[in-house]
Amino acid sequence: MSDKHNIVRVSGVTKSFELGKLTVQALKGVDLAIRSGEYLSIMGPSGSGKSTLFNMIGGLDKPTTGKVFIDEVDIAQLDAFELAWLRNRKIGYIFQTFNLIQVMTALENVTLPMTFAGVPEEDAAKKGLELLGLVGLRERHAHKPMELSGGQQQRVAIARSLANTPAIVLADEPTGNLDLTTGEEIIALLKSLSRDRGVTIISATHDYKMLNVSDRVVWIRDGRIDKIEERDQLKITLGGIGAKEY
Amino acid sequence: MDQNSTHNGLFSSGAEGISRQVVLPMRKSLDISIRSLQVRFFRSLITVMSLVLAVAFLAFTLLGHDVAMGLLASGQPSLQSELVKAGFDLAPGRYPGSYEVAASAKDRWIVILSLLVCAVGIVNAQLMAVTERFREIGTMKCLGALDSFVLRLFLLEAGMQGLAGSFVGAILGGITGVLVGMLRFGGPALMYLRFEDVAASMGWSILVGFILSLVGVSYPALVASRMPPVVAMRAEE
Repeated sequence: MSDKHNIVRVSGVTKSFELGKLTVQALKGVDLAIRSGEYLSIMGPSGSGKSTLFNMIGGLDKPTTGKVFIDEVDIAQLDAFELAWLRNRKIGYIFQTFNLIQVMTALENVTLPMTFAGVPEEDAAKKGLELLGLVGLRERHAHKPMELSGGQQQRVAIARSLANTPAIVLADEPTGNLDLTTGEEIIALLKSLSRDRGVTIISATHDYKMLNVSDRVVWIRDGRIDKIEERDQLKITLGGIGAKEY
Repeated sequence: MDQNSTHNGLFSSGAEGISRQVVLPMRKSLDISIRSLQVRFFRSLITVMSLVLAVAFLAFTLLGHDVAMGLLASGQPSLQSELVKAGFDLAPGRYPGSYEVAASAKDRWIVILSLLVCAVGIVNAQLMAVTERFREIGTMKCLGALDSFVLRLFLLEAGMQGLAGSFVGAILGGITGVLVGMLRFGGPALMYLRFEDVAASMGWSILVGFILSLVGVSYPALVASRMPPVVAMRAEE
């Protein structure tokens, strides 16, 4: 694992928000290196700065101080066009609320990032069907999001996140709006994608089911990294943590 | 897209075989906007309604003027005196000895006012539409959409709404204008009505409506396109 390069590097990142006259420091200096191909979970209670850190890694937000490197490129240096390009090609996003475009069919949702990338329509449709097949929804490609269940919508979203073969897939509470069984299926799917395709998966979550599949877990507390646990460490302490939190 | 050249090759490892670009072809944008309009059909109908009314009023006024001009140009004194009786002011025309029907200042202000009210209505409706679509816009941006894509989608939608609304408004207002003219002056109103005048009036009405729609949407569309994706992600349902 250690010979793999760091796909994301966060160094001395702080982030403060202005809430009226009050300045809230959501992140108080975070250093983190994420290795290429690993399955990383960011855990923490709400309000811990977990989402802020997650948005930072995804290039959705810029740090107040400190630097975020994606593939050794400082994202603060990128202009709007380069950021769009980064989101389009390097990063795939999976959201808690699925966020499929309602007016488009499943296939069109999956091909949209490819359209942005300038992939010819036929190639995009072919790859889109392939990806829908990968998540087990090839037959439902002509359905609109409204005609799909939550789990199916999330599968389409996963297929969409892989459209331009990104290096990183960011999943923000991917199981947050799903029931237990469906959530487990989605987690298993993400894990198999990470294993088979070598995609780096970074997920922000407080779903303990995620712990079993993660290579590493980063615990965030009060704007700082509380601890980082490797997979083998994790199995020993899992019961303890679960008991403590719930 | 010409921004390609400005890209400084930071991401040299990615995108094999695919040119370095972020694009949304016009055909695809048109496709997306048409479908967005279809899905929100009743909503866009309401947005368009104020435009229809304002343009109809404009066309009605212009056509009424055309009818009066036609009657005046007929050269029949009886019709001309009827015009004056009906309250039209005759002003000296472009050529010495000729007359034309003067548009009263009051009419003009009412038309301008109605167009202004309509523009405010469009801005309001489109701002709401933007709020409603925070998540959709944010998602598109996360998928790599540029500000200009979002701007283009909104402008296209408003343009189509504007054209359709103005067209309907111009026809409704025009027909009403001619009917009222016929009610006042009988058959001659239609007889002496010149086709060029009618065409010009309708054309103007549609153009004004179209421009009004685009002006009305420009601020909301700008708001939408500048929204950072992370703000869009925070938006609750």
